Amino acid sequence: MEQFAALLRSKDKQPVRYLVVDDSVFARKNLTKMIETFGGQVAGEAGDGCTAITEYDKARPDIVLMDITMPQMEGIEAAERIVRNHPEARVIMVSSVGYQENIVTALQKGARHFVQKPVKPEVLYEVIKYVLGEDGVAVATAAAGENK
Amino acid sequence: MRMDLIQPFINAADAVLAETLQCPTKIGDVSMDEEAYRRKGTAAIVNIHGDIEGRVILDLDGPTAAKVASYLAGEPVAENEDLVKETIFELANQIIGNAVTTLNDQGFRFKIAPPELLSADLGEKSNEEQEALVMCFETANGSMYMNVAMRYNRRRRQERSAVAG
Repeated sequence: MEQFAALLRSKDKQPVRYLVVDDSVFARKNLTKMIETFGGQVAGEAGDGCTAITEYDKARPDIVLMDITMPQMEGIEAAERIVRNHPEARVIMVSSVGYQENIVTALQKGARHFVQKPVKPEVLYEVIKYVLGEDGVAVATAAAGENK
Repeated sequence: MRMDLIQPFINAADAVLAETLQCPTKIGDVSMDEEAYRRKGTAAIVNIHGDIEGRVILDLDGPTAAKVASYLAGEPVAENEDLVKETIFELANQIIGNAVTTLNDQGFRFKIAPPELLSADLGEKSNEEQEALVMCFETANGSMYMNVAMRYNRRRRQERSAVAG
């Protein structure tokens, strides 16, 4: 997998911490691999919306990658609840169902961005960088080879 | 069979398989499935409810399913491992999600259920109201089969139009 300039937190230059929420083990594994190539760290995982809320409280991640179609509680509702309790939460929806209505609803409920599956690493990387804004910094590493 | 309902599924499968498997795909045989559906290996079924109703099956024979799962996991995966099933489920999810996106933007409203494992060797026979189309996608990892059976839910569409009007 392609290497990227490490995305770090501006305040302490530590790896960005992620909460990965998807009912598919395969999708979580795939996103975890991408996060590693971005120089990030998985702080928690969840397979449904309810678990995502408790995991967020425990892990306090910098970024949440949230699927939409999940059992028990869907991703948009979970994102809304997380953002209601933690207005600073940065939730990025990652779903194969990317019709306009869904995207608009997710953004209205507090999600910061939307990435459609299948996820292209370069797209996700740019979206994360955008969502982190000034709180994130891209640092070239030896493995990355070049600063992107 | 209404090809305008089926085409988004063909396009989505083609795009998702090419992107995830990082290889060109070729659409092989496309035919009406007049007999009862006969499972080939690990098969995920996704049911669709709303203005359009039906189901989509993504089916890979054992060795192909293991090969695809191994490729995507970046490590060897045996045919009987859960990750094989998970991989097929996620591929089905992505294909159907992308097709649903296209159809939804065309004005059709419906929901998809999470994928389920199709364990019966023999499925239901298609009928006049809901014909099934089976197609084969040839990839570098082997052949993958998609069986789509779909029909308009006229009553639901009329109800929604009446409410809107």
